[in-house]
Amino acid sequence: MKWEAVIGLEVHAQLATESKIFSSTPTRYGAEPNTQAGRIDLGYPGVLPVLNRKAVELAVRFGLAIGATIGRQSVFARKNYFYPDLPKGYQISQYDRPIVTGGGLEVVLQDGSVKPVGITRAHLEEDAGKSVHDLFPDATGIDLNRAGTPLLEIVSEPDLRSAEEAVAYLKCLHTLVRYLEICDGNMQEGSFRCDANVSVRPHGQRELATRTEIKNLNSFRFVEQAIAFEIERQTEVHEDGGTIIQETRLYDPNRRETRPLRTKEDAHDYRYFPDPDLLPLVLDEPWIQTIASSLPELPRAKRDRFMASYGLSAYDATVLTQSRALADYFETGMRARTLDPKILANWVMGEVLAGLNRDHLEIEAAPVSADELAGLLARIVDGTLSGKMAKEVFEAMWGGGGTADAVIDQKGLRQLSDTGALESVIDAVIAAHPEQWAEYCAGRDKLLGFFVGQVMQATRGQASPQLLNALIEKKRRPES
Amino acid sequence: MTFSPSELDKLAALACLDISREERERLGGELARILDFVRQLENGATDEVEPLTHPLELSQPLRADVVAEPVDRERYQRDAPRTESGYYLVPRVIE
Amino acid sequence: MKPGVHALLEVARNHPGRVARYYRERIDAFNDRLNAFITVLDPPPRAEAPKADPGVLAGLPIAHKDIFVTRDVRTTCGSRMLEGFVPPYDATVVERLADAGCVLLGKTNMDEFAMGSSNETSYFGPVRNPWDLERVPGGSSGGSAAAVAAGLVPVATGTDTGGSIRQPAALCGVTGLKPTYGRVSRYGMIAFASSLDQAGILARSAEDAAWVLRAMAGHDGRDSTSADRPVPDYVAQLAEGIRGLRIGILEDCFDTGLDPEVGARIRDALRVMERLGARLCEIRLPHLALSVPAYYVLAPAECSSNLARYDGVRFGHRAEGVQDLATLYRRSRSEGFGTEVKRRILIGTYVLSHGYYDAYYLQAQRVRRLIREDFIQALSTVDLLAGPTTPTPAFRLGEKTEDPLTMYLNDIYTIGVNLAGLPALSIPAGFVRGLPIGLHLIGGDFNEGLMLAAAQAFQGATEWHTLAPPGFEASGP
Repeated sequence: MKWEAVIGLEVHAQLATESKIFSSTPTRYGAEPNTQAGRIDLGYPGVLPVLNRKAVELAVRFGLAIGATIGRQSVFARKNYFYPDLPKGYQISQYDRPIVTGGGLEVVLQDGSVKPVGITRAHLEEDAGKSVHDLFPDATGIDLNRAGTPLLEIVSEPDLRSAEEAVAYLKCLHTLVRYLEICDGNMQEGSFRCDANVSVRPHGQRELATRTEIKNLNSFRFVEQAIAFEIERQTEVHEDGGTIIQETRLYDPNRRETRPLRTKEDAHDYRYFPDPDLLPLVLDEPWIQTIASSLPELPRAKRDRFMASYGLSAYDATVLTQSRALADYFETGMRARTLDPKILANWVMGEVLAGLNRDHLEIEAAPVSADELAGLLARIVDGTLSGKMAKEVFEAMWGGGGTADAVIDQKGLRQLSDTGALESVIDAVIAAHPEQWAEYCAGRDKLLGFFVGQVMQATRGQASPQLLNALIEKKRRPES
Repeated sequence: MTFSPSELDKLAALACLDISREERERLGGELARILDFVRQLENGATDEVEPLTHPLELSQPLRADVVAEPVDRERYQRDAPRTESGYYLVPRVIE
Repeated sequence: MKPGVHALLEVARNHPGRVARYYRERIDAFNDRLNAFITVLDPPPRAEAPKADPGVLAGLPIAHKDIFVTRDVRTTCGSRMLEGFVPPYDATVVERLADAGCVLLGKTNMDEFAMGSSNETSYFGPVRNPWDLERVPGGSSGGSAAAVAAGLVPVATGTDTGGSIRQPAALCGVTGLKPTYGRVSRYGMIAFASSLDQAGILARSAEDAAWVLRAMAGHDGRDSTSADRPVPDYVAQLAEGIRGLRIGILEDCFDTGLDPEVGARIRDALRVMERLGARLCEIRLPHLALSVPAYYVLAPAECSSNLARYDGVRFGHRAEGVQDLATLYRRSRSEGFGTEVKRRILIGTYVLSHGYYDAYYLQAQRVRRLIREDFIQALSTVDLLAGPTTPTPAFRLGEKTEDPLTMYLNDIYTIGVNLAGLPALSIPAGFVRGLPIGLHLIGGDFNEGLMLAAAQAFQGATEWHTLAPPGFEASGP
């Protein structure tokens, strides 16, 4: 039998606010335990929540960007359960009336095709604290710094069909939230976390099969591995005639497997009800319009524009628009000099990204600015540098060598474009290889490469390849 | 209505309360009578009525995103039965 | 006759410290009989440098119900759970009254977490009614009501979720005001049922209540449900009187369950109002009978969630010698909470749980709307509604503790007001078998001023509110 996986993702994106969603303590990461947990975060008797305007604005930004319906009146509800990192014994969340409903993303898959993925809903809620299990011999430590941090929980439709699609969707969402500047996207620090709902059904079956939920996936790699493992596991269970139990599972990256979380699922009854300490959140039209007019160009629109105005391929345009900063880098370069967009794109996606990757830098901190890169590429266009030489110059610039022109002067790296000098080198090479030259003149065209190579060797790569080709050809057919 | 011991146990587990053997019978009876009493609510003709959560139907005020509350951890942790190195301590949780 | 707030402020101004000392001494002399206080405080030495703005209530002694958190002063909420809890902050009400110059003399006894109508659920023992020490003072603000009735403080704060200010005010013969929901900040008021809880005042007279309300009311950015509207000058509004006001008599309250003598005294009181120029008519509220069942779904539901934070981890009672988390939670909570609190948490957990939510919780919220609409409809034809505050005068200690339902029905006349969010007042309206009873006045949203003016006019024509319980007579400072 052929099987089909059905995957939906729940992403918790930490909203980029200074203070918490219902209290005015800081959201900064990495502080000493409980130094950012105030009275409201600690759930002291008598304290009350007051909603952070910025958190609402960021949620609306997201909703508008995905073409969702913005709830003109949304409601906060309490989700009741006992856990030490949940100080009040309930989490303030949204239940049947979330702030964002519907909408979707158009995800570019690896083969360049575009897959629409629906978003069921996105709602505001508060984060819990952290339990630390390895610090004390007989006890668990509770740090409530994170308690009350604003989260946007983004729930996708079960539209994804493979681990690769799930990751492509997640990356697309990750790009979007950073474009919108609603979330810093830092997965190590837990600012962007993912739970995956996975089920497997016989191909062609319409009803959904029983699913499992894999919790707390904090890197793209783990998301892909965990889902791939889970699809395989469930397929095997089905093929062996077994049944899947609806349960929560955790992914163990060391063993590369998922395993069930030991909780009594049936004991859960969250008893959601509207939080009586908070009133319905009513959004007025002018505010929504203001937020809408402040939206930046979104990744999809930018990608389309890069293809249309720069003539880039879908792949190149997608890579260059993966972050606003990278796209800005490219466009700054385009504005600096008159360049073939394809050459600039190749250099940004090649040398620049490789360098950033190697040195663990963000594009904002690239040692070679977009202006400087454009200056370098201009020296290829005007024939001063060969591609090979340009790479050498780029490395020097990356290492702090200054502008392209400064490096060129300093290293004496100018392409040999003096026809007379080159001709004498060519003559010497022909004299040294009379047999090959005879064959070449007799029509064995591919020997051209041999002669070009010999001349390049003799000039330490400084010969202009175009000029060289022309000169050798001229020697073979002097009359033409 | 009546409350079976297992229903009562389930309820107590959700509410995180212990119910002793001697409390169980009395409490089961009391809860059943209270719930029977509130069943009168069914007499209200409410088909078209929107539930009312807050007496005054106002909307949620919003505060500016500003850090304003100072945190005095030492003071707060004086209220806690058990803390160490800035953490609140609970018996070990096995995940 | 004991002097009112206005006269006390005069004495306090001329003789700094005298007023506070006088009441502090009365607490020492009488509290043992009443158990009205959980914590008694010494007034600050009067040598304290006079402030540039001493406040409109400078030197006025006050007691807070032990449900309001007070910085560095133990706040128990009448529970073993918070027996040793010393909050690091003040409730807004506490802060505002301190800013106005009030002198805090203590924290008053109350039903545990404000759940009770007799003060018998307090972990610190029941409060006794100064009119008859074998009887209850009512609840849950019983300590505040008894303290004011016995002249241990001129005014005290209370909270009212289903009648917890008005019912003890009626049973102790004092004036009890529950403002409109949202009129007074709930910040720092330990929550029982958030959509019903409202802070208010127990005082000797409507005039005294007006003085205190003016200082404690108003918008608070720390409470999302606090109403953002100006505070009128309630003291000035007292002069508006009762003449020409239309008062609707809540006839439903006279139908069943009402002690006939209480009914007769209330009819007498209404005739006084008529004589003073009020126009009376009869009003019926079709859904009022459903207010007790709706309340006993909604209040426990909210309380079950509000009280989940008491788990023995960050503050409050923690069970000893427990090795695992689940047991720590269950044991700490079971040891820390009393029977009535546990009962309500269980009911609340039940009505919110899967499969019961629609039939109980949502249905109760729908009925709540019907009840509010009944009131709003009635208040579109009259200015105030009136009736008895309680069906009977104070009952004996222990008389109703065996049967929670009987106890719940004691609040039958007061609960609807909380569901509707309206302001209401109980004022002394005579005696039945030597025990005080209360006249219940209900106003429209934010119409406290009108209600207080009517009560003031009534108190100008009657003496019930001036009488002191035998043995607690006082001459004043």
